[in-house]
Amino acid sequence: MATPPAAAQQPLRLRATRRRWGEDVVKVVLALCAFVSVATTVGIVVALFQPAIEFFRAISIVDFLTGTDWSPLFVPASFGVLPLIAGTLLVTGCAILVCVPFGLGAAIYLSEYAQPRTRKTLKPLLEILAGVPTVVYGYFALTFVTPRLQDLGLPVGVFSALSAGLVMGVMLLPTVASISEDSMSAVPQDLRDGAYALGSTRLNVSTLIVVPAAISGIIASFVLAISRAVGETMIVLIAAGGQPNFTWNPQEAVQTMTAFIAATGQGDVPTGTIEYKTIFAVGATLFVMTFVMNLFAIRLVRRFREVYE
Amino acid sequence: MSVTMAGVNVDVTTQARPLPAKEFREVVFDVKDLGVSYSGNQALQDVSLEIYRNFVTAFIGPSGCGKSTFIRCFNHMNDLIPSAKVEGTILYHGEDMYGPEVDAVEVRKRIGMVFQKPNPFPKSIYDNVAFGPRVLGMTDGLDERVERALQQSALWDEAKDRLKSSALSLSGGQQQRLCIARCLAVEPEVILMDEPASALDPIATTRIEDLMHELKKDYTIVVVTHNMQQAARVADMTAFFSVNRGEEGQRTGILVEYDATSKIFTQPSDKRTEDYVTGRFG
Amino acid sequence: MNAAAGNLRTKRPRGLWTGRLFYGFLVLSLLIGFLTLGALLAQVFLEGYKWVDLVLFLEAPSADPRIAGAEPAILATIYIGILLLAFTVPLGVGTAIYLEEYANRDRWYNRMLEVNIQNLAAVPSIVYGILGLAFLVRGLGLGRVLLAGAMILTLLVLPTVIIAAREAIRAVPDSIRQAAYALGATKWQVVWRQVLPGALPGIATGSILALSRGLGETAPLLLVGALTYVSFNPTLLGDFTALPVQIYQWIARPQEEFRTLAASAIIVLLAILLTLNAFAIWLRNRYERRW
Repeated sequence: MATPPAAAQQPLRLRATRRRWGEDVVKVVLALCAFVSVATTVGIVVALFQPAIEFFRAISIVDFLTGTDWSPLFVPASFGVLPLIAGTLLVTGCAILVCVPFGLGAAIYLSEYAQPRTRKTLKPLLEILAGVPTVVYGYFALTFVTPRLQDLGLPVGVFSALSAGLVMGVMLLPTVASISEDSMSAVPQDLRDGAYALGSTRLNVSTLIVVPAAISGIIASFVLAISRAVGETMIVLIAAGGQPNFTWNPQEAVQTMTAFIAATGQGDVPTGTIEYKTIFAVGATLFVMTFVMNLFAIRLVRRFREVYE
Repeated sequence: MSVTMAGVNVDVTTQARPLPAKEFREVVFDVKDLGVSYSGNQALQDVSLEIYRNFVTAFIGPSGCGKSTFIRCFNHMNDLIPSAKVEGTILYHGEDMYGPEVDAVEVRKRIGMVFQKPNPFPKSIYDNVAFGPRVLGMTDGLDERVERALQQSALWDEAKDRLKSSALSLSGGQQQRLCIARCLAVEPEVILMDEPASALDPIATTRIEDLMHELKKDYTIVVVTHNMQQAARVADMTAFFSVNRGEEGQRTGILVEYDATSKIFTQPSDKRTEDYVTGRFG
Repeated sequence: MNAAAGNLRTKRPRGLWTGRLFYGFLVLSLLIGFLTLGALLAQVFLEGYKWVDLVLFLEAPSADPRIAGAEPAILATIYIGILLLAFTVPLGVGTAIYLEEYANRDRWYNRMLEVNIQNLAAVPSIVYGILGLAFLVRGLGLGRVLLAGAMILTLLVLPTVIIAAREAIRAVPDSIRQAAYALGATKWQVVWRQVLPGALPGIATGSILALSRGLGETAPLLLVGALTYVSFNPTLLGDFTALPVQIYQWIARPQEEFRTLAASAIIVLLAILLTLNAFAIWLRNRYERRW
C-alpha cells in the first residue's frame, strides 16, 4: 500500500483550457427569449397608453369617465364611456349569476362528494367546456339561447345582455370550478375527519369547514372569472349588441367595451384621428380594470398555495 | 484483528497493516481553515486536514455536522447552491482549488462523485457510462472505455449482455455500481463518495466496500459514512466531525479529530471522539 | 338491550332533506355545464352537417352562400398553426430554460419576469389585437397580413407555453442534474442532454394544447386581419382571414343560409381542435415519464 511519492499523472491545470464561449452565448440567447415577454408587456403599455394620453389631452378624463353618451362618430361627438362600462358590467353580472353558484357547486361535488374515479373522468370533461372557442359560444347564444329566452316569454330582441351573459357564465364555469376544486382539495383531510367525528353531515363539512378553509382560492377563482368576463369579446360581439346603451336591464341590447374596440378596430378608421384613439382610450380602461383584478387574483392564489405546500 | 466497538466485534484486519510513514504519503488535498456558510449561517468552520494519495479517507460524525457539505467542496458541487459561500483554501496538488478562474468542469474531470441514492440516467447502461466521456470529448475508444469502467466496478459480467437495456432495470446495488462505473469512465484521480451504501441492502453494501478496497490501488477515495463499522472496515484515515452549538442555537460543524482509523477507534485523543465511537451518543 | 343503544337507529337522520336538496343542487351545477355543452354540439351539428362537403373545403367565400366555401380560411388557419409552433416553441422553451436553470431567483429582475409572465397570461385577448394593430399593422407598416396575425397570436399563446414548459422541466429530478454536473458536464450540456430530453413529452403536450387555444382565438385577428372578405388563398404577406374570423363574418350576415354555413365551418374548426387535443393527450399518456 505504500506508494513512493510520485508526480501527479495528469498535467495539473484547474483553469479551463479555453474560455467556454458557447456557454456565454447560450445564456445570452436564453435571456433574450425571456426578454420577449418583457417586450410584450412594454409594447402593450406603450400601445395603449401613448394614444390614450393623447386622447385625454383632447377629451377631459372626467367627461370620459362620467359621461353617459357614447357617440364618437356623431357630430357633435360625445365621449362618455359609461354606457360601455355599464354594458360590460351588465353582461358580467349575468355571467356571474351562472358561473359563481354553479361553478362552486360543481367544485364542491368534485371535491367532497364524487368518487376519485368519477372525479378523474368528470374533471377533464369539464375542461372541454373551457376549450370551446368563444366564437362558437357566440353562435350558440345567438341561434339557441336567444330563441329559447324568447320562447320563455322574455322580451329579448335578437341582441341582449342576458343571452350573452348566460352563455358566458357557462363558459366560465370550468374556471371557477377548477380553481375552487384545487383549493378545496388542498384542505387537509384531518380538518374534515375532525368534523365528521363530531357527527357532522357532508353538507355541514363542505359548507362550514372546507369552503371557509379554501376561501382564498375560491375568491381568487371568482375574481379571475370576472376578469375574463370583462375581457371577453366574441360572445358579446355576436350576441349582446352593437349600440351603446346605458341601462341596467339585461334584456336590452348593449355594447361592451370589448365589442366597441373590436367593431371600431375592424374598420378603416384613419390613424391619428380622435375616433382612432378611442380604441386605445377604451382599451386602456379595459386593461386597467382587468390588470387590477388579475393582480389581486394571482396574489390570492399564491397565498393559498403557500399555506398548504 | 478484531476490535470491540459499542459491544460489537468489528474486523479491522485491513487496518492491521501499518500505514506508510508521513514522509512517504503523497498529499492530494491540503485543506486549510475551510468554512462554508449558507446565507450567513455557518454550516462548517475551521477545517484543516490532508488527504493522501491511494488512501481511503472516511468522514464520520453525527447528522448535521457538515460532512456532506465538506465533501462537496472538493468537487465544487456547492457552486450549484447560490447561497453557499466557501472560505479558506483547498490545495489540490499545490494548486488553490478556489483560486481565481478555476473552472469547475476541469475540477470535476479529475475529481468524481458517487451519490447516496443511486441516480442513473434514464438511458441504457452503455449510454450512462459513456455520458461522461462524451461530454468531455473523450470519444475515441469509447467501447473499450465503457468496458474497462464496468470491469473496474465489478458490473461487467452482469451487464455485458444487456448494455443497451435501460439502466433503470437494474437492482439498487447494481445501479450504484453503474454510477461508480460512470464516474470511473472519465478516469478521475479522486473518487468522492457521499454515503454510497446507505440506500443499499447489506449484501450490496459489502460489494461496494470490497470495491473500495480494489479501487484504492489506482484512485484516492474519500467517503462520507454515518456507519462507524463501515469506516472501521474500509478506511485508512478517519476524520471525526461534530457539531458546535452557538448562543442562539445555531449549529456549526467542526473537525474534532483526524488520524489513522485504528487509532481513532482504539485510542482516540479527544473525549468527544471516544463518546461517539463507543456509542455513547450520535 | 338498554335504552341508550336503541337510539343509534333513528327513523330519520337529521338534515336529510336539506342534504338531499344540496346534493341535487350540486348535481345540477355539473349538469348545467354538460347539458349546455350537449345543446351546443347538437345545435352546431344539426344545423351544419349538411353543408360539410367539398364545397366548404375547396371554394372561396362569396356573396352567394350556396357556393361559398372556407378554403382560404382553412388554409390560413393551418399556416398560422405552423407559424405558431415555429415561433412559440423555441421562445417558450428558451424562456422556461432560462427561468428554471439559469436565472438566480434572488435577483429582483428574475422575479419580475415570473410575475410578468403570469400577468400576460391573463390579459384579455383583444388587448393583444390592439398591440398588433398599433405596432405591426400601422406602426411597422406590415399591414393586415398573415405574418402579423401569427406574430400576435404567438405573443398571446406564449405565456401558456412557458408555464407548461417550466412544469415539465421542473419535473426532472434534481439528482439527474447533480450526477451530470459531477461528471464534468457544463450547464448547457446538462440542459441539452439530460433535462430537455426528460422534459420533452411534457413540453410537446403543453405546446400542442396551447396551439389549439391559439387557433380558436378570434378577437385579435379581427383587428389584425383583412377588412373585407378574402376570396383568394393566403400568402405570408397577404391579406388573410382565419377560420374563426370567417365563422364570425358569416354569423354577422343577415341571411339564414350564412348561419348554416357558419355552423358547418364551426364543425370543421371543432374537428381540428379536437384532433389537436386528442393528439396532445395521447402524447402525454404514451410518453409521460413517471419519475
